[in-house]
Amino acid sequence: MKALQVERSLARFAAARVASGWRPGAGGRYGPLALADIDPPEVPGPGWHLLFPRLSGICGSDLATVDGRSSRWFEPVVSFPFVPGHEVVADTDDGRRVVIEPVLGCEARGVTPPCLACSQGRRRHCENITGGHIAPGLQTGYCEDTGGGWSLALVAHESQLHDVPEALPDEAAVLVEPAACAVHAALTPVAGPTVQAAGSEVAAVVIGAGTLGLCTIAALARLRVGLGQVIAVAKHPHQRRLARQFGATSVVEPGEVRRAVRRSTGGWVHDNGQLSAGAPLVFDCVGSAASLADALAVTAPGGALVLAGMPGPLHVDLTPLWQREISLVGSYTYGPEALAGGRHSFEIAMQLAAELHFEQLLSATYHLDRSADAIAHAAEAGRRGAVKIAFDLRGEKKASIQAKDR
Amino acid sequence: MPRPGFVLEVDRSTPPVLMWHGEGYRLERLPADRSRVVYAPEPLAPLADPDEAIRRALLEPLGDSAPLPELLFAGMRLTIAFDDLSLPLPPMRRPDNRQRVIEAVLDLAAAAGVDDVVLIAALGLHRRMTDAELRHALGDRIFDAFSPSGRLRQHDAEGPEGLTYIGKTDHGEDVEVSRRVAESDLLVYVNINLVAMDGGHKSTSTGLMSYKSVRHHHNVRTLQHSRSLMDRPHSELHSSAWRIGRLLGQHVKVFQIETTLNNDAFPSNMAFLQKREWEWGVRDRASYLASSQGLSLLSPTARRNIFHSIKAPHQMTSVQAGEVEAVHTRTIANLHRQQVVDVEGQSDVVVFGLPHVGPYNVNSIMNPLLVMCMSLGYWFNMYIGKPLIRPGGVIIVSHPTPWAFHPVHHPSYIDFFEEVLSATTDPLEIEKTYEERFATDDWYRHLYRTSYAYHGVHPLYMWYWGAHALEYAGATIIVGGNRRAVRRMGFRPASTLADALEMAEDHVGRDPSVTYFHCPPVMLANVH
Repeated sequence: MKALQVERSLARFAAARVASGWRPGAGGRYGPLALADIDPPEVPGPGWHLLFPRLSGICGSDLATVDGRSSRWFEPVVSFPFVPGHEVVADTDDGRRVVIEPVLGCEARGVTPPCLACSQGRRRHCENITGGHIAPGLQTGYCEDTGGGWSLALVAHESQLHDVPEALPDEAAVLVEPAACAVHAALTPVAGPTVQAAGSEVAAVVIGAGTLGLCTIAALARLRVGLGQVIAVAKHPHQRRLARQFGATSVVEPGEVRRAVRRSTGGWVHDNGQLSAGAPLVFDCVGSAASLADALAVTAPGGALVLAGMPGPLHVDLTPLWQREISLVGSYTYGPEALAGGRHSFEIAMQLAAELHFEQLLSATYHLDRSADAIAHAAEAGRRGAVKIAFDLRGEKKASIQAKDR
Repeated sequence: MPRPGFVLEVDRSTPPVLMWHGEGYRLERLPADRSRVVYAPEPLAPLADPDEAIRRALLEPLGDSAPLPELLFAGMRLTIAFDDLSLPLPPMRRPDNRQRVIEAVLDLAAAAGVDDVVLIAALGLHRRMTDAELRHALGDRIFDAFSPSGRLRQHDAEGPEGLTYIGKTDHGEDVEVSRRVAESDLLVYVNINLVAMDGGHKSTSTGLMSYKSVRHHHNVRTLQHSRSLMDRPHSELHSSAWRIGRLLGQHVKVFQIETTLNNDAFPSNMAFLQKREWEWGVRDRASYLASSQGLSLLSPTARRNIFHSIKAPHQMTSVQAGEVEAVHTRTIANLHRQQVVDVEGQSDVVVFGLPHVGPYNVNSIMNPLLVMCMSLGYWFNMYIGKPLIRPGGVIIVSHPTPWAFHPVHHPSYIDFFEEVLSATTDPLEIEKTYEERFATDDWYRHLYRTSYAYHGVHPLYMWYWGAHALEYAGATIIVGGNRRAVRRMGFRPASTLADALEMAEDHVGRDPSVTYFHCPPVMLANVH
């Protein structure tokens, strides 16, 4: 079957890194990603399904991989060759339409008894992402055995599947996975003194207005109790429009964020542009050195900074983190949300996708054989007036793909 | 004998006309047979002996006022307030009118044995003046005598301990004035009337009061109904200021001293800037070429420094003193003598070339908001009767309009430009949604009181200043401006004047009539 596959090739990763330094997304043409004709993945065991993707999104972490810019942190927790694609809406072999929750925890891996985290529903914290009866891989899309969404077929465990309501179009459903990440970030429990003291007037700042940022704004505006305002930082005009539509109370350009936060939260600006106060709750949905520096600069003393965008190795001055006792909290994937009465992030994301018509965020789709164009488009989505780019597998021939048991 | 202003009909033989473009100027050709140029009157002859004229004005006051010496007595509290650095433009060569007048007042005060004398720069909500700026306006003798002892002060519209609430006018307008003024036996106000908007009760009701008072006349409603700002009987802003000033006058004795200047705005080596182009001699042409070529080689900062070092050879053309309204009536008559130009009818398009300086960027940057204020606020309002353009007409402005702000002078401008204008350009919406927050922001208040920043609400006033033009004109096009900055304000950017005139046709039809308001020098169009 047709699939886009990432090989472990140091030369290819190096070429991607060089090329993407010249133009983001160039790794799609010169890097480790290649269109291949491979066997469909084997069904690893009971409870697993063969899935046929309809749409599969291109995520920032995928781009980092394809451009050779991913952190080496991931090396032991992925297995090569792998087929990327974890933002997937697909048909199952038993006729359901589902989205995948890609984290591969103990249940999918057949590890018993499950680790403490999995037993508590915190699959994202699973201690066995390299164990069990499938190859290492923190998620579908990074695991040799499961395949990924950038192909005509993949396998997924029943525990990973969320049925898609009939009324929700594929174009909105493909946004559910990133939206679930945003829901999880927005509902991160933080209990800094500044957050508590702000009471019902908490100001939240969301830096970045790509898919993750926009969905975070939507989730904050609807789900986070006690928010007085949401200040969004958006670079491009279409992002600013969507940020407002999704609930941002003010939207500013990246260079304007510090003054915008001062205006909203009071305080002064010191001579070097440093704020005397700041926002109690800040979300970095970019994960770059610049965004993290801005985020640290606008977080109030005693406030919390949620790192939602996937960072890499960064050079950032952490003095404000220390001097202001800022809580830096990572936010990875999803799960039952304590601040939403235990509802699962996917369930909430599905609801947001329907209410806010997330299909409007899907800007363009490509066939697999135009992967280089798709990657280039995704890497420059903001500049090109786009939000989410996805592969469209609905027109591909799948008749010959059969489920194989291991 | 100086020639009056006049209107030149442009034909094919008309040479290109000089047009200001920020810290520079250009020669522009206007469409023949449908354009006209409004030229200012030539500078009036100055007073032969201004010091003697001042002395006589103080001794022979106008209206219901005793001569100044009769109002002065030992043991009294005397406060002398004076216009701030926003006047005149460009700043005049020393001695400044304020220095001449205040020295004369102080001589009389000394003769009367008055010891308790305080000078107050009537800043209103403007930025504080630096020592150098104060020294320039007042002269070394006054500065050195008053500043070290703390008797040279700058009005602080935000210090509750320094303000006194007088009461409300019959229109419900709050009158809150400088405590020193309220507690004085006599307030002598020393003014420079550069344009017809200045002076009269506006001097005290703007320069010496708090935001609580100023907001009653500086708002969208009054500005939209000031037609024009330069024609007091038809200006709502002035009606409010007059009511407030009259109430103040019931509590404090005010002795007003107003002066007018001729419009000799540029030194002799730049004389071509105020000559009619077809009268340029070889020296004028050489000066134009050399200066424009030289300026083009410099950085914006270097150009700004050069232009802001210009001191105008303005000279005093009149001085009148006494009761506020009688004085101001005479002042306006004298000002009209210098500035009024009769213009027949309106046109479809008006063109303004903005110079480097306006009232709020002396020694500073003319940021985009000030470009808006200068063009739609001041230049548009330089009329009596009717605006130079018909309703729905187009305003074309030539200015580089950089996305640049002076961080010390205009901190709240930056926030206004970034936050407010990205949300709305509607003055009423801005007033309703943002004014209170900008006016009461602690940081802006701190910077206004202790640094050299305009008051937090000032950028909103800049926008209100253009409210009448925004409502009246069909479009505003800025030639040669930063495109993003121009669009942020809701205006249209154009690369050249020719492009702008073509774009104007979208709004007013083909082959529109064009008026070029050749200002500076400052003038006032009496449009029939």
